[in-house]
Amino acid sequence: MELWFTERHTPNVKFSIKVDHQLYSGNSEFQRIDVFDSKEFGRFLTLDGYMMLTEKDEFIYHEMITHVPMAVHPNPKNILVIGAGDGGVVRELTRYASVESIDLVEIDELVVEVSKKFLPTTACRFDDPRVHVYYEDGVKFIRRCTDQYDVIIVDSTDPFGPGEGLFTKEFYGSCFKALRDDGIMVNQHESPFYDEDAAAMQRSHKRIVESFPISKVYQAHIPTYPSGHWLFGFASKKYHPTNDYNGTKWSMLGIKTRYYNPRLHTGAFALPCYVEELLRDVE
Amino acid sequence: MAELSQVNAPIYEALRKFRRMRVVPFDVPGHKRGRGNMELTEFLGEDCMNVDVNSMKPLDNLCHPVSVIKDAEMLAAEAFGAANAFFMVGGTTSAVQSMIMYACKEGDKIIMPRNVHRSAINAIILTGAVPVYVNPDVNHKLGIALGMSVSQVEQAIRENPDAKAIMVNNPTYYGICSDLKKITELAHAHGMLVLVDEAHGTHFYFGDNFPLTAMAAGADCASVSMHKSGGSLTQSSFLLMGKNINADYMRQVINLTQTTSASYLLLSSLDISRKRLALSGKEIFAQTVEMAEYARSEINGIGGYYAYSRELINGDSIYDFDVSKLSIYTLPIGLAGIEVYDLLRDEYDIQIEFGDIGNVLAYISVGDRKRDIERLISALAEIKRRFGKSSADMLTQEYISPVVAETPRKAFYASKRSLPLDEAAGHVCSEFVMCYPPGIPILAPGELITPEIIEYIRYAKEKGCQMTGTEDINIERLNVLDM
Repeated sequence: MELWFTERHTPNVKFSIKVDHQLYSGNSEFQRIDVFDSKEFGRFLTLDGYMMLTEKDEFIYHEMITHVPMAVHPNPKNILVIGAGDGGVVRELTRYASVESIDLVEIDELVVEVSKKFLPTTACRFDDPRVHVYYEDGVKFIRRCTDQYDVIIVDSTDPFGPGEGLFTKEFYGSCFKALRDDGIMVNQHESPFYDEDAAAMQRSHKRIVESFPISKVYQAHIPTYPSGHWLFGFASKKYHPTNDYNGTKWSMLGIKTRYYNPRLHTGAFALPCYVEELLRDVE
Repeated sequence: MAELSQVNAPIYEALRKFRRMRVVPFDVPGHKRGRGNMELTEFLGEDCMNVDVNSMKPLDNLCHPVSVIKDAEMLAAEAFGAANAFFMVGGTTSAVQSMIMYACKEGDKIIMPRNVHRSAINAIILTGAVPVYVNPDVNHKLGIALGMSVSQVEQAIRENPDAKAIMVNNPTYYGICSDLKKITELAHAHGMLVLVDEAHGTHFYFGDNFPLTAMAAGADCASVSMHKSGGSLTQSSFLLMGKNINADYMRQVINLTQTTSASYLLLSSLDISRKRLALSGKEIFAQTVEMAEYARSEINGIGGYYAYSRELINGDSIYDFDVSKLSIYTLPIGLAGIEVYDLLRDEYDIQIEFGDIGNVLAYISVGDRKRDIERLISALAEIKRRFGKSSADMLTQEYISPVVAETPRKAFYASKRSLPLDEAAGHVCSEFVMCYPPGIPILAPGELITPEIIEYIRYAKEKGCQMTGTEDINIERLNVLDM
C-alpha cells in the first residue's frame, strides 16, 4: 500500500510526499486541518490541503521570517505576530532576551490546539510568560493598535481563504499605524516563480510599497513550497535592511541557528534579475 | 400531480426535466445550447447555455402563462402575501412603469414624492400622466431626502381629489420608510390606488423585525427588486398586486413593452430565489442584519463617520428604518461620500453601492463574509487616517425642491435647443440630470433650471459623481425648451 499527500502547485504541476500515516484531520470554522507523518519530511501540517510546514524544513521559513527584522531593529521589545498558529515564529522570538511582549493573533484556535498536540517542535514556547495569544481576525485586531509595536511579523497563509485579508492595502496601512516610528513589518510574500504566485507576489509588493517608505524583498529556499523559491517582504519606517544592519551585534547575542547567519542576511536581499524586474514593474 | 408548495420551483424543475430530454433544437436561440458560440460557452459555462432556451409548451410563455410560469407566479404571490405576482424580466424599472401605466391614462394625476427613481418619471412621459409632487422631508445634517409625511400626503390629496394614484418609495435607497399603512388608508379613503416602489425592500417580506411591507399595508401594487436583496440575477424582478388589481389587464399593460423572448435564466433565478427565501429567509436575513449591525458599530467606533440607524426614527417622515442597510455619513472626515466611494475602489479594491455628496451606502447581503466586512471597516479607518481633513468648505447635500413648469411628457417631446450649463439658468429643462447610482433626478423634464441647481451639478461633477441622463455625455450643455 502506498499513501501519498499531493498538493497542486499549478494546474499542471503536482508535488507529492509519501505519507506514513495520518495523525489528525478536522474542520474548524475556517478551514480543514490535517497532520501527517512521513519518512522524508517527518510530521507535516496542511490547511485546506496546502502545505504549511514540515518538521524537516520549517526551520528555514521560521528563522528567515523572524531573525531578519529582529537583527535589523536595534532594540525590539514589543512584537506582534499575525497568523503563525503553529508556534514556529514564537519559538524563534522567545530566544531574544530583550523582547518584553509577544502578541500572537491567530484567527483559528484549532490550529494552535492541533499544533500543540502534534507539532511539539514548533508549538513549544506558547507557555513563555511574554506570549499573549488572541484568537481574532488579524485585520480587526490591528485596526485598534496605534504606535505600539517595534516589529510586526505577518505569517499568513495564501492570498485566498481565511488569510486573504492579510494581503490587502488596508491591512498594510493598519500595520504602518500600529508600528512605532522606527518599526519594521515582515511578511510572507509568496513565490516569484509560477505565474499565479508571482502575480500575488506583485500585488502585495505594490500595496506595501504604497504603504511604507522602505520596502524591500528577500528570499529563501524552502523545498516544500511551490517551486522552492520563496520570498519575504521587509517594510520599514526607518531602518534599511542591509545598510542599517549590524551582523556582529547580532552574532554577539549567541543565538544558534541552522539557516540564518549575518552573511546570508545581506545575501538574501540580492535577488535574481527576473525577480527584480517583477518587483520594479509594480514599484 | 401533488399540490405545489414553497419547496417547489416549477420553472426550475421544468428546465431540469427539459435538459434531461436532450431535445434537438431547430428553434432559437441560434447558439444551440452554446455549441454555435464556443467562446461564450467557455465564458458562461455549458450549464448556463443549456438552459438559455426559448418559450415552448413544456416551459410555458411569460406573455401568456398557462402552466409552469403560472404555477411559479402563484407560488411567488403566496410567498409575498400578494393576490397575484408577475415575473418581470425588464428590471424593476419595467414593474414601476407597468403599475403607473395601469393606474394612469393621459392627463390623469398621480401623487408622488419628487425623489422617485427615474423609471417612475419615464412612465409619466410614456403615459402622459401629470405628476403631483410631494416634496420629501429632508434631514439637513445628513442631506438626504426622507419619506413622505402623512400631513403632506393629506394636503396633496385635498388639493388634488381627482388624482388616480399615489406612489410611495419604500424604503428609500438609504433605508428610510414612510408610514405606509396610514398613507394607504388615506389614499383608499379617497379612491386612489397605492403603488409602492419597493425596489430596496425584498427582504421585508421574509426576514423578522423589518418594516411593514407594501402588501401587508394593503397597498395595491409593489415593484420588488428580487435581484437586489433577494439573490436572483440582475434585471429580474417581481410585480406584486393586491386584490383590487385586475391582474389580467395588468398583464396586457406589461405586454405593451415587455420582450416576447423572456430569458429563462432570469425566470429560473426568480423561481429558485423565491423558494430559497420562502424556506430560509428568516435565517438569511438574520445573518445579514447581524453583519450590518456589527459593521455599523465598528464604523461608528472609528470616529468621524456616522453609520445611522433606527435612532433617526421620528414617527412620520422616518417612520421606520431598514437596519440591513449600511448607510454612512462621511462629511465629518472632510471627504464627500463620492470621494470615499472612489477611494475604496481605487485604493482598496472595494466596490460599494454608491456615494453621493454626504453619504456612502455599502450593500450588505447574505453573500458577504465576515472577513470582507472586516476589510471594509479597516479600509474606512485607513481612508480617515490617510485622507481625512477638516470638514470646512464641504457642501452639504441639499434636496432642491424643483419648480415644475411643464409636464414631463410635454417637455420631453417639445422642440428644444442646447445651451451651455452656465447659460441655462432660467430655462426649462427638457431632459434628466442625475447621479447614477442612485438614479434620482436632480432635474427632470419640465423643471426650471435654477442657479442653485447648476452649482449643485458642478459640485457633484467636481467631486467625481457619475452624472447621467443628458444628451450631452459630458454634461457641459443642457437641452432646454424652445420658448
